[in-house]
Amino acid sequence: MLNPQSLRAALPVFSLVIILVPIFYIQPRTMSYFGLNLLLQLAVPIALATIAQMFILAVNDLDLSMGGYVGVVACISATYLNDTPLLGVVLLGLCVAGYAAVGALIHWRNLPSIVVTLGMLFVWQGLAVLVLPTPGGKAPEWVKDFMALKIPLIPFPIVAAAVLALVVHFGLMHSSYGAVLRGVGGNPKAVARAGWSLLKAKMVMYALAGVFGVLSGLSLIGLTTSAQANIAMPYTLLSIAGVILGGGEFVGGRVSPIGAVLGALTLALATRALTFFSIPPDWQIGAQGAILIIVLALRAVINRREG
Amino acid sequence: MQTARERLQRVLERPWIWSFLGALGAWGAAVAFMAGHGSGELASTTLSFAVFMVIIALGQMFVITTGPGNVDLSIPATIALTGAVAMKVMAEQDEMILLGLGAALLVGLAVGLFNYLLIWLLRIPPIIATMSSNFLVMSSAIAYGRGLRIKPPPLFSDFTTDKVMGIPVLAIVTALLTVVMGIVLRRTVFGRSVEAIGQNMRAAWLAGVQVGRTRLKVYLISATLAGLCGALLAGFSGGSSLDAGEAYLLASIAVVVIGGTSVAGGRGNIPGLWGAALFLYLLEAMLNTYGAGAGVRMIMTGLIIIAVITIAGGEETR
Repeated sequence: MLNPQSLRAALPVFSLVIILVPIFYIQPRTMSYFGLNLLLQLAVPIALATIAQMFILAVNDLDLSMGGYVGVVACISATYLNDTPLLGVVLLGLCVAGYAAVGALIHWRNLPSIVVTLGMLFVWQGLAVLVLPTPGGKAPEWVKDFMALKIPLIPFPIVAAAVLALVVHFGLMHSSYGAVLRGVGGNPKAVARAGWSLLKAKMVMYALAGVFGVLSGLSLIGLTTSAQANIAMPYTLLSIAGVILGGGEFVGGRVSPIGAVLGALTLALATRALTFFSIPPDWQIGAQGAILIIVLALRAVINRREG
Repeated sequence: MQTARERLQRVLERPWIWSFLGALGAWGAAVAFMAGHGSGELASTTLSFAVFMVIIALGQMFVITTGPGNVDLSIPATIALTGAVAMKVMAEQDEMILLGLGAALLVGLAVGLFNYLLIWLLRIPPIIATMSSNFLVMSSAIAYGRGLRIKPPPLFSDFTTDKVMGIPVLAIVTALLTVVMGIVLRRTVFGRSVEAIGQNMRAAWLAGVQVGRTRLKVYLISATLAGLCGALLAGFSGGSSLDAGEAYLLASIAVVVIGGTSVAGGRGNIPGLWGAALFLYLLEAMLNTYGAGAGVRMIMTGLIIIAVITIAGGEETR
């Protein structure tokens, strides 16, 4: 039971517990249905963005444009998708196609993904400003209704996170094409020799990232009900940190969807936790950094034990 | 004898040439639009902004060259904190300038040490370690600089804004710094170790390279240069501000990579930093002169960055 692998898999759970316990201790009322709902609400879009980032990391790339992309999706959703749903759907489809095209370009010219996605960050940001020059817009009713869903017994964010983690886990970790996709990050040459198209695999992974980015933007706007161009800028770093907290690696196609979702929950809670610890405003951002460091330090201790 | 064609071929194979061509193109396009008016001023203004980016990128280049996952994200907060420290120590007095600069460098050094301790002791991936420390340092900057409105001493302010024959004094100083860093990268055991670690950390370790010590120095250099930039930037813009370093976070990575440094590590490039920094600022200036709105400007900047890296080509597969 306690072999290194299962310990490694247990680490993201452990990190989440470390954050949750003090919150429950200081404010026991958060342990209720309503409290958990409030506590975890904003974790849903972050978890979706983290899963999107995970697809990119799985093929050894890094996506610095995630924050801008989720932002543009939010802006389109708050304007076109609400006013002219058909046009909105087409535009969001084009966004996903844009992601697939970026993947194709990176593969075709063998470009550093960091630079290309950094360029795309500017492009998405610019598009968001064009779509919605001033903060505003209105989230479509059905998106708001979906995010406000009341499920008996278990709060919606927990159900959403669990469904997300399991769907991606079985799709990517337990399907034959999922193994090929991860193989592109692990050993691209072997995947190519076995007759699979690397170009297609990379485009599929980027398109998947695009799809989950769209879901992230939609869920975000369902909670905030209106949008602004840079609404999701912190998501770039949050999503990368979430994947790494969840046990993912920068190279080798080693990722874990369940871990990534747990990592995202941990990060979202770390932000939330600060309001409970009555930390002076000057040190709020710092405390977020400190929490990250403490969680990772405890991980290092466990890692060393396993030797 | 080489033919002119062969020589041209060899120049075009240099990884840094594309960034300079891009900078020249953007400058030409802006000047053409202004019908030749103010071409010198444009170059001079761009240079005075680009030097700060070059200083930051010098450090970031060393960090990125040590291999995948190595990147310093603590730069924005370091710039904010060191700017505030420098202004407070200088206290608007000319004779305190050197002490203030020294204090800024020391604070930078401390941030670098903290970064490496996180990476080494806690085995946190550098990208997360420096991101976390950015949060902590930023909080220190907020707490330390609360209500701080100190102007730079007159002499320091002059030094950071003065020009000699249209060339900013800072640009000349930074050029010297660049040469020193070039020698460090190409001609010292430390510089060679940085590239060796970036190519293959395990092989470098087996070959007797002091991996830990080299990585420590890399993070110290990056944070100390951020400290230098923080102090100079505060002098240049008439005081420190919390978001002074914001623009340098992602742009410094772009400058390093457009400048021809391998993003996979193991191959640094110094001249390209200048070309890439000038390119980014001239691009912005060019789009400004064309009267493009904020949205269009951002989209164009992004597309042109992608176009340049696409034309310059990617890495050979290893």
